Amino acid sequence: MKSENRLCEYAAAFAAGLTDPSMVAPDDVVATSGKGVIKRYNVYRNNVTVSLIDALAAIYPAVQRITGVEFFRAMARFHIRVTPPASALLFEYGRDFPAFIESYEYSRDMPWLADTARIERAWLDAYHAADQPVLATEALGTIEPTLLASVHFKAHPAARIVRSPYPAVAIFAMNRTDGPVSPLCSSEPEDALVTRPEQDVVVSRLPPGGATFLISLVEGASLGEAVAAAFQEAPSFDLQANLAGMISAGVFTAIEHGD
Amino acid sequence: MDDFTGTTAVDEPDRPFQMKPGAQAIVGTSFKHEHLPAILADGLKDGFFEVHAENYMGAGGPPHRVLSAIRKDYPISIHGVCMSIGGPATLDLTHLARFRDLVVRYEPMLVSEHLAWSSHGGTFFNDLLPLPYTKDTLDKVCAHIDQVQEAIRRPILLENPSTYVAFASSTMSETDFIREVSQRTGCGLLLDVNNVFVSANNHGFSASAYLADFPLAHVGQIHLAGHSEQLDDENELLLIDSHDRVISDSVWTLYRDVVSGIGPRPTLIEWDSNLPDWPVLRAQAGTARRITTEHGIALAGELSHEV
Repeated sequence: MKSENRLCEYAAAFAAGLTDPSMVAPDDVVATSGKGVIKRYNVYRNNVTVSLIDALAAIYPAVQRITGVEFFRAMARFHIRVTPPASALLFEYGRDFPAFIESYEYSRDMPWLADTARIERAWLDAYHAADQPVLATEALGTIEPTLLASVHFKAHPAARIVRSPYPAVAIFAMNRTDGPVSPLCSSEPEDALVTRPEQDVVVSRLPPGGATFLISLVEGASLGEAVAAAFQEAPSFDLQANLAGMISAGVFTAIEHGD
Repeated sequence: MDDFTGTTAVDEPDRPFQMKPGAQAIVGTSFKHEHLPAILADGLKDGFFEVHAENYMGAGGPPHRVLSAIRKDYPISIHGVCMSIGGPATLDLTHLARFRDLVVRYEPMLVSEHLAWSSHGGTFFNDLLPLPYTKDTLDKVCAHIDQVQEAIRRPILLENPSTYVAFASSTMSETDFIREVSQRTGCGLLLDVNNVFVSANNHGFSASAYLADFPLAHVGQIHLAGHSEQLDDENELLLIDSHDRVISDSVWTLYRDVVSGIGPRPTLIEWDSNLPDWPVLRAQAGTARRITTEHGIALAGELSHEV
């Protein structure tokens, strides 16, 4: 075990200062002819920090556009120090970033920023999700009307629902592209539906009761139970429109007949 | 390509990598999604494309659609950047399984990884970090390469690193270390000529002397890339392996020397940030092809007569 411990030391010692600027390079780290190692070790530090900030910027482009590059990079740097990636897959990184934004003291005057980030994180999950067919438009028509209330649906791997008390979908849509930004006067809550119906990820805004309806179905409720839950939350819930919307958006991949 | 798909080289560690003539002269570039329309319209005749394995480890979606599209028309090479072969920790078996699945799915012409580490103690650092060259680290690296080669059932090519620091505890030269690894595990080598140039400058040794010591017979692929310049603590030139610009004249010269000496090898232009328009990258591949043709093919002809 002693040899194993000694063997580990170089990595542990080298890693310790990579995201901690208060530390110096380990003693074992040297340069030719007795040259200094401060700037040389800093190359690695810089590679780590800059590449991880870049990774967050690539996952959260709308958040960066809202905050500005300088603000975003400072916020991302704090996050990286607290929560560096655990997985070697960078597209899995940043799951804790929306919660970090929520608690970040300099973004408190942008309470909708965290939900915008949640939609962006859901977008990337949908982008990498497994390939599965989406339910065909005719699928519902083939079910015996008396059995309709008892059917269940199997969610498509890309489908995500993000609820927000802010107009997060409008904010996301306006800032996700390079197009012009106009003043947003809405303060309405908006729920986002993120799907990949064909080849590309689509983000749409759900109608009243829509989020509760879809979350119920995704979590395994029967169609009848999901409709009841949706009406309870939003008496204006429009069943026909929500059924048509969920089919065309590709929220589900299969119908599972009830028990 | 037979030597890369079988396990023969694992059983006969001292046998140099050999490929069919023609395949040896193949030149490729990094593959970036931004370039797909341009590549499909005006591609790389007789070329290949290289991808970073980790970018295609998601379950599905556009990345796999795009890679499948390019794979239909071109051979690809899969270049792993996160296996942490040079780290003291045991390999991440989940990551290794994903790597194996990717190799099975896309049947790449070449598979490579780095003599470096990028994860430790549960944290992923997203950089290729250096290791001391000792008997202990040699054992560890060999065990890791054996494990990878067993998982994917074919030899990998191990890439020489670019480094900015060294370790006082090192007891072997980098070239001796790499030779030992290749002999023990049967892995081939990915010679990154830019890395040699960058490290030679940063550590004050001669790139040509390094190449003279390098086990060139085991080289199965060559990487070429651009580097940037900074200053070290003494205000002297420190080269950074940045992959963000055209290849320097000095690196082209070293490349010419290598292919003049050993004949053509599959050669890749690496470009990972500040991406240029496709024609710029294609022109760099064209330069590599011209050098290979002028300096490598003639030699390959001579060698085949000797056999």
